[in-house]
Amino acid sequence: MMQSIKQQPFRAAVLVLVWGWLLFLVLAPNMLVVGASVMTRDPSTFISLPLNFDAYRQLFNPLYLDVFLHSLYMAVLTTLICLLIGYPFAWALSRVEKRRQMLLIFLLIVPFWTNSLVRTYALKLILATNGLLNSALMSLGVIDEPAQLLYTEGAVIVGLVYLLLPFMILPLYSVFEDLRQDVLLASHDLGAGRFATFKNIIVPLTLPGVLAGVMLVLLPAMGLFFVPDILGGSRNLLVGNVIKNQFLDARNWPFGAAASIVLTLTMALLLFAHRLSKRRLGEEGA
Amino acid sequence: MGWLSRSYLALVYLLLYVPIVVLMVFSFNDSRTGYNWGGLSLRWYESLFNNHAMVQAMWNSLWLALTAATVSTLIGALTALALHRYRFRGKRVLNGMLFVVMMSPEIVLAISLLGLFLLLGLKLGYVSLLLAHVTFCLPFVVITVMARLAGFDERLPEAARDLGASDFTMTRTVLIPVIMPALMAGWLLGFTLSMDDVVVSTFVSGPSYEILPLRIYSMVRVGLKPEVNALGTLLLVFSLVMLMVSQWILSRSKQ
Repeated sequence: MMQSIKQQPFRAAVLVLVWGWLLFLVLAPNMLVVGASVMTRDPSTFISLPLNFDAYRQLFNPLYLDVFLHSLYMAVLTTLICLLIGYPFAWALSRVEKRRQMLLIFLLIVPFWTNSLVRTYALKLILATNGLLNSALMSLGVIDEPAQLLYTEGAVIVGLVYLLLPFMILPLYSVFEDLRQDVLLASHDLGAGRFATFKNIIVPLTLPGVLAGVMLVLLPAMGLFFVPDILGGSRNLLVGNVIKNQFLDARNWPFGAAASIVLTLTMALLLFAHRLSKRRLGEEGA
Repeated sequence: MGWLSRSYLALVYLLLYVPIVVLMVFSFNDSRTGYNWGGLSLRWYESLFNNHAMVQAMWNSLWLALTAATVSTLIGALTALALHRYRFRGKRVLNGMLFVVMMSPEIVLAISLLGLFLLLGLKLGYVSLLLAHVTFCLPFVVITVMARLAGFDERLPEAARDLGASDFTMTRTVLIPVIMPALMAGWLLGFTLSMDDVVVSTFVSGPSYEILPLRIYSMVRVGLKPEVNALGTLLLVFSLVMLMVSQWILSRSKQ
């Protein structure tokens, strides 16, 4: 070991730096969260002994359970809407001629590079009581009085879909890009109808993309606390809002940590499903 | 390509871009209420730049983004090179950790870092923000550079080694020039991610160092603020320019 350090000082320096950074700023803090979740709340030092599972028990307190279930419901609905819009969109996008595709992809990446807070605020301009949508609907005679659009569950879901749709489309687009035309033709030649081809060929082949998209949408849809803060009012909270309140206002770290571990476990589950779907494809392809 | 798919694509793009356009148009609106059109005006831009605290937050954010992007590009590039070139124990673990940082919800990263900083007694401010921002930018730089290295002729570094270059010299004269476009693209992405971050910054910033996204956040939580339209427009245009430069660098390097 010593000899290899002498022989390759550069290599050693690089590895120490990289490992150091990740151990110190990724592994250690995450261990800390796991630790905090089984400790006791303490007003002065945030956490203290003894160890217990009170925080996890508190997750099942009806008050919080309602918030969690409502958050999960909004996140799942957001994900389904994104999938419903994104799947045909990615399909159509993958069949646009190549030169134009570049520009269209660029237009999809733009949101990833632009401030999501500002874009959420822009939605507020449209959804407000005196906002554009209400004015437009009223001048068209669809409604007589401005409808309450802001500070509703619908507004939060619209906001989440608006922010997260590109994250669903991009992985889907990449699986549709890999979908070879001759496979579809073969299916057709073997006598499969459109629906049979879709069900037996297209869906399984695009499943990894679907799962990747679900992962990229579902998790942020539970964590983006500023969306309900700006669009949803106090009744449409996300798990992210709960975690934020527990850490920054209520100072109940064990509970906040336990809530965030629930998010992490959800992520692990989705990652596992994604891996499984890819592996199955690999085996069938081989 | 039927008309149905075409109009479907167009409709979704329209929905994605309407709010942005509305915001931009309203930033030039003279009306105070922010709903009705009151004629063209630059008054909100003016009031933005006359707001001392706002300008300070802007500089703070720019400096933070500049330093975070630079540090994460340096470490990210070295990480990518190490993953690409070296065999070492725990390589998969390292890869896995980067993947976890990228995939895990920002809020989880945010609270874990807050816990670490408070445990260490680090005062929340510029340093804590920098450490946090570098950490969440890192995986994106690593992927960008790795993608570039993946299509690279392995014989070049071998030739350099055979000709007697040390690992460091070979990296400097062969690998760095090859990954340069990816480094620039990664830097630009890191800069933008840092400029836009709300979730992580909410947790790890302190009153001593106010940054722009948090200032906007506190402004938009209640009601509509016309200044935010102006500020948002500036930020959107700024990000757009960064993205275009990055795409240009990457596409030019491919030819």
